[in-house]
Amino acid sequence: MRPFKFTNTTTSYAAINLLDKNPNASFLAGGTNLLDLMKEDVERPDELIDITRLDLTSISSITTGTNSRGVSIGGLGKNTDAANHQLIRKNYPLLTKAILAGASAQIRNMATNGGNLLQRTRCSYFYDTAMPCNKRMPGTGCGAMDGFNRMHAIFGWSDNCVAVYPSDMAVALSALNASINVMQQDGKIRSIAINDFHRLPETHPEKDNVLNRGELITSIELPKNNFAAHAAYVKVRDRNSYAFALVSVAAGLVLDGNKIVSAHISMGGVAHKPWQALKAEAILKGKTATLTNFRLAAEAEMSEAKPLSHNKFKVGLGINTIISALEMALKGTDFKA
Amino acid sequence: MSQNNTKLTEEEKRLFGELMPEELDEIIQSGLNRRHFMKLIGLASAGLLASHLIGAEQLFARAIDMEIEDLNPMAVENGVTVNFKVNSIEKKVLIDSRTTLLDTLRERLGLTGSKKGCDHGQCGACTVIVDGNRVLSCLTLAATCEGKSVITIEGLAKNNELNPMQSAFLKHDSFQCGFCTPGQICSAVALMKEAKEGQASYVTHNIRETVTGIALSDDEIAERMSGNICRCGAYPNIVAAIKEAQTGKNIEQTWLFAG
Repeated sequence: MRPFKFTNTTTSYAAINLLDKNPNASFLAGGTNLLDLMKEDVERPDELIDITRLDLTSISSITTGTNSRGVSIGGLGKNTDAANHQLIRKNYPLLTKAILAGASAQIRNMATNGGNLLQRTRCSYFYDTAMPCNKRMPGTGCGAMDGFNRMHAIFGWSDNCVAVYPSDMAVALSALNASINVMQQDGKIRSIAINDFHRLPETHPEKDNVLNRGELITSIELPKNNFAAHAAYVKVRDRNSYAFALVSVAAGLVLDGNKIVSAHISMGGVAHKPWQALKAEAILKGKTATLTNFRLAAEAEMSEAKPLSHNKFKVGLGINTIISALEMALKGTDFKA
Repeated sequence: MSQNNTKLTEEEKRLFGELMPEELDEIIQSGLNRRHFMKLIGLASAGLLASHLIGAEQLFARAIDMEIEDLNPMAVENGVTVNFKVNSIEKKVLIDSRTTLLDTLRERLGLTGSKKGCDHGQCGACTVIVDGNRVLSCLTLAATCEGKSVITIEGLAKNNELNPMQSAFLKHDSFQCGFCTPGQICSAVALMKEAKEGQASYVTHNIRETVTGIALSDDEIAERMSGNICRCGAYPNIVAAIKEAQTGKNIEQTWLFAG
């Protein structure tokens, strides 16, 4: 690992100013992804600003503003604490499930909520410094495009990058329509909708999201929702636990009897950002909650997929995973098989 | 950082005298070292400790003493001084800012129980307990541990009495090569607290309600221990040991061939 200066700080504003002073500095939160990337020589900061002691860990009900009656989660709270908080388990079980589907107990104890959003792709060409990668070194090309791309994108990729975004938590946040509060350089807070937060690779795969340099995630806001009783997170992977998704689906159904008032579906493992299944959502709106309609919606959503040479299986898997998630959501979050 | 480990009980002296007579003087003079410990492991795996089981448990519970010199501050780039507790003992170490908690424990504090498996957060061999929670010491910078309390495998036994989880692992033969075992045990000890508090896992039913004191099923243990890989495949034995430690009852292994 390259040498770096280790700097402590106690307030968010001080942290932002410290980062502003050094263009090669990075914030250090849980470190579960950053330290790994530094050992691999993919990330090369010459200063780490330890933000783990900032007072940004609380989880509380929101009483004012557009997300009133929702819940706010601190950007530097641990994933374990967010997943297990009473307010989240009761009102946003989809988020609890998604967080618990990711990583291991040890990593969830270390990883922060803001850091989870900022984790980088696990594309092996991004990790291997001997390989070309436009995300790691813009202009060098994409090793995965004609390489081993079984784990890669089927939606929204570009000629520059076919990587997928790895977070499970963010897939649930996408279906829950969360917003991300960030402190800007001037100390003011701006709010970014989760579905605008991560970006598609286009011509700039080195940019994973729309954060400007020096901005700090202070909190994640979850608006009130009415599908806590009918939500499911289904993750399909090469082994049953502690692996990244081949395909994952977060689904929530707002029901009026057997009629679908609205469906909220997002996918992981298929694109450079949490993929909103907008086509499927539109088809299901107002329909009866039947297997036939679930299949229609899932097939329509996946009909626009553009698989690569090694990941055609993700299209059929996507259809089946959407259907499974919708069936589980219909049975109910608390349903015990 | 030197600790006096040379005060052997009469029972231990007798045991060492029988097991490794040529090293007895050295052990009495300067304490149990790594070489002796490896020999003990060898004797244990050959079954030769079986007839001394009570004494052997005590031996495994002993910390190994290692003398390691402090770094020269002039020779350290980006030095950070960290004050923290390791196994309830206050420690102060000067480290290069890049040093992970794992390397600090192993290379600077002589606590080589925590293992470096992958060094990338994929295997769990380096699992330790920081402020009550299990974490990966290979992805933790020691510089972030100021004021924290770290428990390693060496700190689980109390007064030469093994932690019940350690005893359960021995009883159920929950290892072959033993390399992942310190991480498995630290992970399992922290898991007991998580289950008591009612923390959910991906396979927990009805996550909308928090139930404290969860009795862990095989599926729950497998999911919650998935961050600790065992390449010998001692998983059924590990699950049985954890169940036994949690329930305090004798547990028989349950397993099936993959269908």
